[in-house]
Amino acid sequence: MRGFESHPYIPNSVPDIQAEMLKEIGMTSLEELHKNVPELLKLKNDMNIPEAFGSEYELKRHVERVLSKDTDCHKNINFLGAGCWQHYVPAICDEINGKGEFLTAYGGEPYNDEGRFQALFEYESMVAELVDMDVVNVPTMDWSQAAATTVRMAQRITGRSVILVPEYIDQEKKKAMENYAECCMKFETVKCDSMGHIDLDDLKTKINADTIGVYFENPNYLGVIEPNGQKISDMIHEAGGLSLVGVDPISLGVLATPPSYGADIVCGDLQPLGIHMNYGGGQSGFMATRDEEKFVMEFPSRLFGIAPTSEPGEYGFGDVAYDRTSFGHHREHGKEYVGTQSALWGITAGVYLATMGPQGMEEVGKIIMANAQYAAKRLSQIPCVKVNPFGSVFFKEFVVDFTATGKTVAEVNKALLAKGIFGGKDLSKDFPALNQSALYCVTEIHTKEDIDTLAAALTEVLK
Amino acid sequence: MKRIDRSSKVRTGFHQAKWDEPIIYELSTPGERGILVGQPEKAIAEEVKGVSAIPAGMARNTKLNLPEMSQSRVLRHYSRLAQQTLGADVNIEIGQGTCTVKYSPKVNDQLANLIREYHPLQDESTVQGILQIFHETDKYMCEISGMDRFSLQPSGGSQGIMTMASVIRAYFKDKGEDRDEIITTIYSHPSDAAAPAVAGFKIIYLQPDPKTGVPDLEQLKAVSGPRTAGYIVANPEDTGVYNSHVKEFVDHIHSIGGLCAYDQANANGLLGVTRARDAGFDMCFFNLHKTFSTPHGCGGPACGATGVQKDLVKYLPAPLVGFDGKKYFLDYETVSNPCAVGKVREWYGVAPVVLKAYCWIRSLGPNGLYQVAKTAVLNNNYMFKKLMELPEVSAYYEDGNNQRVEQARYSLEKLTKETGIGTLDIQRRMMDFGMHYWTSHHPFYLPEPMTLEPTETPSKKDIDEYIETLKYVFKEAHENPETIKTAPHRSVTHQVDESGMDDQATWALSWKTYLKKYTE
Repeated sequence: MRGFESHPYIPNSVPDIQAEMLKEIGMTSLEELHKNVPELLKLKNDMNIPEAFGSEYELKRHVERVLSKDTDCHKNINFLGAGCWQHYVPAICDEINGKGEFLTAYGGEPYNDEGRFQALFEYESMVAELVDMDVVNVPTMDWSQAAATTVRMAQRITGRSVILVPEYIDQEKKKAMENYAECCMKFETVKCDSMGHIDLDDLKTKINADTIGVYFENPNYLGVIEPNGQKISDMIHEAGGLSLVGVDPISLGVLATPPSYGADIVCGDLQPLGIHMNYGGGQSGFMATRDEEKFVMEFPSRLFGIAPTSEPGEYGFGDVAYDRTSFGHHREHGKEYVGTQSALWGITAGVYLATMGPQGMEEVGKIIMANAQYAAKRLSQIPCVKVNPFGSVFFKEFVVDFTATGKTVAEVNKALLAKGIFGGKDLSKDFPALNQSALYCVTEIHTKEDIDTLAAALTEVLK
Repeated sequence: MKRIDRSSKVRTGFHQAKWDEPIIYELSTPGERGILVGQPEKAIAEEVKGVSAIPAGMARNTKLNLPEMSQSRVLRHYSRLAQQTLGADVNIEIGQGTCTVKYSPKVNDQLANLIREYHPLQDESTVQGILQIFHETDKYMCEISGMDRFSLQPSGGSQGIMTMASVIRAYFKDKGEDRDEIITTIYSHPSDAAAPAVAGFKIIYLQPDPKTGVPDLEQLKAVSGPRTAGYIVANPEDTGVYNSHVKEFVDHIHSIGGLCAYDQANANGLLGVTRARDAGFDMCFFNLHKTFSTPHGCGGPACGATGVQKDLVKYLPAPLVGFDGKKYFLDYETVSNPCAVGKVREWYGVAPVVLKAYCWIRSLGPNGLYQVAKTAVLNNNYMFKKLMELPEVSAYYEDGNNQRVEQARYSLEKLTKETGIGTLDIQRRMMDFGMHYWTSHHPFYLPEPMTLEPTETPSKKDIDEYIETLKYVFKEAHENPETIKTAPHRSVTHQVDESGMDDQATWALSWKTYLKKYTE
């Protein structure tokens, strides 16, 4: 017998039990199983994988030792953002998403998994309020996927073939969108002006009868608040296309909601709402629309709705328009595909919004904007450093141009790292026109002391 | 007193937690708060404009309608909803066949918390440990599958299938060939059809032979040709039946220039027994939340680790995680082919899930993985034997030679004919005993399907309890069908009236639209 006698994860590895079960099915050895797998295909050699640890404690020691080589944003002062942001995670968020019942549930029915359905219905309801829409999906993988699905939904609604995206967009997100939507649309880039806003003249020349819509973000990838949302929406609506807006949900306690400037579909990432960065594993995408059939029927995701039950006064839940999805009766003729995505983060975002309440969301937005503006002001006092070259209003991220210092961002960041500071994302590869610029992210977790430490360190590094 | 009678093998006294909890908005009291957030530091506030800098028209001008609740009330609400959820931690997971719901070890969850505060753009020198774990997991996956390289970027099984379809598309784009058809089978996962369709492929289905349960080679030959880009299948399929001729299928597709992709979302019955590459497949994917034990999370976060043979490595999404003998690094170079997939997800994948799968593999080693597969298959065959002895249960494609692998699809059509009780009725009634019983994938190609999968996690006692519960319910179907028709009675809610779920005028997808539609 290969393996263990009585492995804790394999109860029927107890030899007597195993023998009893084999006897029940008329066998004497486990080797008699897999009889339909041809001998030719059976693995003859051992897999080259390390032997199992002898105890749970040894495993723990090993993993802790491997990870002890690392350091993180808790032990350093972090100014990286660019799609994954360090915000405060209320303790209650970890408490709830760590509960075994939620953590280990899967595809149960709305009866025995009622709590999962209700928690996700409530998340849908609260995010709907946050973005000022009616309908929100059970979350997908991340913002890239949400944006990719947003443009495909828009393509199906309009039947058109060209999507416009801004020059300043996360280049990796754009690649994911292109891979996902390649078979049914072309991507065309709209220039941004010197303020970092969408260039309305360029947009005008690019909108035509083939245009599915314009996808833009607020704040945009470089942190800038796009003030012309209404003009952009009007221009695309006039041409029969759709206004598609990506948004940072933690900004919406203070910033205008996309529908207030004409958005038809809103999308974004839930990670800022109570989810740790997890080395990029905390991402979770959402889409939101009005409660109109032409939009709702294009969601590929599961949508949980409230319903009556046979018992008066009792709430029930279920899937709305299930046959819309690839889990329904039409498989590939449903909308895109659905499957395991990031539901636990949806529940977590709901916990966050309920905990923060309207006042908390407004306060966190105020602190973020104040801290980010203070950081920009402090850094702009350093000789040769150009902060916010666009001169525009930003939310929590802003560009810092180091070109005039004669140092590259890579050099600056290396020197900062030695001082326990993670400098902003290097933009020089993605946006060569911005020269040696970095994207700095400042949130409610930063104190004045953190920011002053950064300013002092930069001053020294650039001396 | 007398000894208390505990002889019943079925939990007739079960009742799931039912708190009759209101919708969270109904718990709101204006003025209450769940957390203190604070204000900008005074020294900062004095120096900046703050929100007054927001451009005209860009400040929020509508009241944000979120619940206002004390922290203990938020906690109590969600704790109650958690209790109203039947996670794998609290029940015998056999009923969600094909989903491979096994034990998710707690130590792995705890260890994954160590990487919570990692930012994906941290300098490589600061993340050598987690990169090592990515790299080693890639190598283990290669050993398990026979492939040459894995991407851990896809964040779910369907995204893994989309990645495989994208690799197939990239390969033919690079070769300058225009092929647009993917062949799959009706019992493969719905996403094996749906995801390639998203990538632009036309889907061709193979039908099972009524006797063997798997398609025959002649059928494959008839539908394949110069348009065939690829063949994407599960094996065993939903039925638990293994196609012994799989290598001939793969060889045929290769002979006409196509690629073969193996849906190994659920590879639980095959670990260390047989490998995708050994059957000739060019690529495969594993769901780490299934075979590799990471918790299902109500449906994610997850990882659909996707591996390919060496000629296709250059098309994988970027970056891979490399090792130069001294340090681990994010490898964009290997996948810089202009036709490569590019990205399917932001960053590198769901790191905590990768870490948990790594821990699970290291807890079992090569022999333990083999033992997982053997035990899962033993459990399933034991259950199959016991259930097939019941007059209510039958299975298609059963000739005595079709040994099921890790799961089985049964049919309750005999029960339905005799009693009028169908599989969906049984499903609702099983909940009254604390048991899952899944609907099976749609459409139902077999009448009244019941799909069960006892992974390696349940003990013999657990499996016997599940069987006894089914027997109890079948007996009720004969003697008291009304109890089943009106079930559940002891779950969280009673029968949901789904009649309004398909019509915009009646569905209610958020609290605000519910109030709008249903307030007099």
